[in-house]
Amino acid sequence: MEVVYITIGVSIIVAVFFFIVFIKSVKSGQYEDTYTPSVRMLFDDELVKKQKDKVEQKENQQE
Amino acid sequence: MSVNNCYHCGADCGKNPVKFNNKCFCCNGCKTVYEILNASELTCYYDLESSPGTIPSDIKGKYNYLDNEEIIEKLLEFNDGETSVVEFYIPSIHCSSCIWVLENLNRLNKGVTISMVNFPKKLLRITFKNEETNLKELVELITSIGYEPYISLEDADAKTNKIDKTLIYQVSIAAFAFGNIMLLSFPEYFEVDEFWLEKYKHLFRLLMFVMVIPVVFYSAKDYFISAYKGLKHGMLNIDVPIALGISVLFIRSSIEIFLNIGSGFFDSLSGLVFFLLLGKFFQQKTYNFLSFERDYKSYFPIAVSLILDDKEINIQVKDIKKGDRLLIRNEELIPVDGILINGNAAIDYSFVTGESIPVIKKSGDKLFAGGKQTAGAIEMEVISTIEQSYLTQLWSNDVFNKSNEKTIKNITDNISRFFTIAILLIAFLGGIFWYFYNVDMLFNVVTAVLIIACPCALALSAPFAFGNILRIFGYKNFYLKNSETIENISKIDTIIFDKTGTITSSDKSQLSYFGTALNNTEKSDLKSILRASNHPLSRSLYEYLEVDSLIEKPTVFNEVLGKGIEATINNNTYKIGASSFVEAKSVAINETSIYIKINDEFKGYFLFKNSYREGTKEVFEKLHVNYNLVILSGDNDGEKEYLEELLPKNTLFKFNQKPEDKLEFIKKMQEKNKKVMMIGDGLNDAGALAQSNVGIAISEDVNVFSPACDAILDAKLFNKLPKFLALSKKTIAIIKASFILSFCYNIIGLYFALTGMLTPVVAAILMPLSSISIVVFVTILTNWVSKKL
Repeated sequence: MEVVYITIGVSIIVAVFFFIVFIKSVKSGQYEDTYTPSVRMLFDDELVKKQKDKVEQKENQQE
Repeated sequence: MSVNNCYHCGADCGKNPVKFNNKCFCCNGCKTVYEILNASELTCYYDLESSPGTIPSDIKGKYNYLDNEEIIEKLLEFNDGETSVVEFYIPSIHCSSCIWVLENLNRLNKGVTISMVNFPKKLLRITFKNEETNLKELVELITSIGYEPYISLEDADAKTNKIDKTLIYQVSIAAFAFGNIMLLSFPEYFEVDEFWLEKYKHLFRLLMFVMVIPVVFYSAKDYFISAYKGLKHGMLNIDVPIALGISVLFIRSSIEIFLNIGSGFFDSLSGLVFFLLLGKFFQQKTYNFLSFERDYKSYFPIAVSLILDDKEINIQVKDIKKGDRLLIRNEELIPVDGILINGNAAIDYSFVTGESIPVIKKSGDKLFAGGKQTAGAIEMEVISTIEQSYLTQLWSNDVFNKSNEKTIKNITDNISRFFTIAILLIAFLGGIFWYFYNVDMLFNVVTAVLIIACPCALALSAPFAFGNILRIFGYKNFYLKNSETIENISKIDTIIFDKTGTITSSDKSQLSYFGTALNNTEKSDLKSILRASNHPLSRSLYEYLEVDSLIEKPTVFNEVLGKGIEATINNNTYKIGASSFVEAKSVAINETSIYIKINDEFKGYFLFKNSYREGTKEVFEKLHVNYNLVILSGDNDGEKEYLEELLPKNTLFKFNQKPEDKLEFIKKMQEKNKKVMMIGDGLNDAGALAQSNVGIAISEDVNVFSPACDAILDAKLFNKLPKFLALSKKTIAIIKASFILSFCYNIIGLYFALTGMLTPVVAAILMPLSSISIVVFVTILTNWVSKKL
């Protein structure tokens, strides 16, 4: 039954760890802007690549 | 398409669209932005949203002051000589394309390292290299693509607005402790007679004690501080019974653990603190993009152009001295009082007075600070520094230094006074009873009463009800400064309105024509003549005439400043303007009008009437039932007869009211014990709004402009004002109902406490149950009563 000490210790360590991580994320300002990142992730780099491809195609046609 | 819309901003292109690359634009500005984006392969801007742009503003030397090192230093957040960081507020950010193009600034300017948008706050943060670009260049770049930053005197004061995150830390500590203590409490709650539990329960109890210490001494410290302050001033606010409950919980639980009597109430204690702080956190929420605390510094420019020995020098506004000569460009704000030296001045004083029609000034006339020049560049001579100007003296009034003196007493604190006394009395009487009945139970019962009676549910009612109604109002574009405002609104008995810009629309006038009717030819001629004039009345009349203007231009055109226009077109001579200029009888005294004479024959005149907001009559009729209504206007009484017909009887009118007069009027009403609401729109109403118990600013664009106030109402929703006021009263009724519900829980708890049957598991069930049900109750009811909004 000594394992209870270990399990309690581990669970408290895990809880404290996540608590510290949470405090750090608050301090770094992660909760200050909860909207813009949701828009930013939708910006697809392929839009730019496609544009470049079009430009290259035009150049090829001219050649 | 039958209608041509601008590819960039979506506005109507009109009859003469600017065409480029098979696309239509409404002006050269939008076309230029498109060219800039196209050259840098950023046309994806138009893929994310259709017509996402805004018409860019003219630059033309507007940002020359950004060459001033002193100003740059104040604007920059960070500068290590090589890299700089700056943050701008950009009101025109409105969609995902805006985020995209602003975060790709490095494609337009290689000096930009990173640019990040905070969309809710409309902030753009730019990190750039000092060797490759500079602040002025960046500002001109983002302005040229339609995102003009808002830079004001306030920014140059280098305020450090650190966000207070203490509450978040407190909530997170309480949540951490609550969750863990609850897990550690479960074994004892079920009271299994196990050997291993007997062995480990001391460890569990010790862990709970250790976890609860930061909850009591850090998370809950503000309650003790507030209760102490309250007692020191002889007040029993809501925090007194809360602090009492927390103290008793902690002390009794600690005694039980260390004397091995029981397991204590640490679960209830941490849960209590957690729920209370959650209510505080919910109440703290506010609107990122609005400011309720603006003063003149929020509107004034940072720097002006000083003319010295025929050269333009940029100096800071605070460095302006008497006798200086300033250059004011088109659309720039006049920062100090002065005298007009050169140029045509049409000053828009809507910032100051709310009056929409610009005032014509001529050489030698006095100019007041706060006006915006709208007719080209002018030169002026300074006659007073910025602190001495008429406008800034409005803020010298004491009313802006008072903070909470006029706050109507908080509903929860009223209840808590009686609540605290009642609880102490019950504990005392219960103690007496058990002293004679069974003295061993005395300590148990007295502490149990104080524990169970802790007004957690009571304290949660108001924050969640107010917080929810604030959110609902916000969705409907009625923005309240805080939850206190709702309580104050519910106690109002007198409502005072400004007139121009508040109950009238800022952007239009009603036009009526009196006299001989004009035929279509005459109207066309008139419109063609007006086209050449920039006078605001000419613009209004031009829009009003519903005929097409001719392509021909007047052969003779002579505009006399402040008087009118004399022109010849199609062999007919027109005189348009003031009655004295046209040599006609002045019919409309005290009213704005334009007289028309054609070929020396008087035709008639156009009368400009204020256009009242939609639903004004209905609004006043509804409000009249419950409130005293007053109109305070800075105008003359030319509209009095019309208003007397439009508005209910008993409405009091006062005209020619200066800002100080409005403020004094409200002060006198308050001295008669009236609870006054002021509704206005201009900076001249700022004093009245601050003096009143509730100040509501009517705003055509909530993002840009409002004086310091308690609430901001979108101008389009003026007709819903009675509903908002009624809802505020209903919110108070809901809170009172939830108080009754919370008292029921207290009574149930007292039964257990007084009979000595309060065990940790009973407390652990009853306390969260009461809190959660109260919150659900007030949330559902506030949503329900708001349905009709």
